[in-house]
Amino acid sequence: MLIVSCPCCGVTAEETEFHAHGEAHITRHTVGSSDDDMETYLFMRKNPKGVHFERWRHQYGCGKWFLMARDTVTLEVFGTYPAQTTEPPADLLELIDAKRPGWREGA
Amino acid sequence: MSDPVSALHHATNSEGLVSICEIGPVGMITLRGDLSAKPFQKAAIAAGGVNIPNQGRCLMELDRGIAWMSPDELLILCRYDDVAGKLGDLNGKLAKHHALAVNVSDARAVFELRGARVREVMAKLAPVDLHPEVFTPGMFRRTRLGQVAAAFWMPEEDVVRLICFRSSAQYVFDLLGVASQKGSEVDLF
Repeated sequence: MLIVSCPCCGVTAEETEFHAHGEAHITRHTVGSSDDDMETYLFMRKNPKGVHFERWRHQYGCGKWFLMARDTVTLEVFGTYPAQTTEPPADLLELIDAKRPGWREGA
Repeated sequence: MSDPVSALHHATNSEGLVSICEIGPVGMITLRGDLSAKPFQKAAIAAGGVNIPNQGRCLMELDRGIAWMSPDELLILCRYDDVAGKLGDLNGKLAKHHALAVNVSDARAVFELRGARVREVMAKLAPVDLHPEVFTPGMFRRTRLGQVAAAFWMPEEDVVRLICFRSSAQYVFDLLGVASQKGSEVDLF
């Protein structure tokens, strides 16, 4: 079970109070983009064994969306950060580098 | 005008570890906007009769108060009859600001739990750390109760007040009844 801290309201609770909504940091190709880009946006998702960045929502709490980095194998949560970011924060990436050396090659 | 009817007609259950009572109707106004904006704060304080609570907390007096719901939402509690007046006042004061005030009194049900084992009963149903040093009177928690959304706070030690959607009031009442059945003591706290 995941223990999640919501960056919006500060609550720390187990995962049943939250809901996962798939991969984070997806580029939204839209009107005017190529068919290949559109296909990537709609259907292509990573399915890593290890570090994964995800969108989550504090479903039963403040109702806000946020992003989370976690390990899909050990279920360790590396950290959560606001949804208004286009890439993971540098300090979080550093932490993951320290805990999972070489994870970027598989990402 | 018709009389307000609470969700469960003040259903009570005092046979278990704690006494459970549906205490509606309670006046409730959802107020959304920029919590740090001065006009918003002034209007909220005037309507709630108390200060703006900090994140994750509520400020309650006998039958009125304000609860912090999310980074852009407050819940104003008051007497049921006072809602219309307060709502008009809020809408007037916030007419030129980006804010929203809605009467949600009839969309909700409110329960009161009393007894030395309220922490234990709540801990069985919600994913919340209810240790006396962690969850203290004055805190306000939106969470899950069994399968439905709920929010609760402790006006004082051994008392819990709980808000849920009116449509799930019967479920919550039954759920609390089961969690407080005699013989189901956990002796956790």
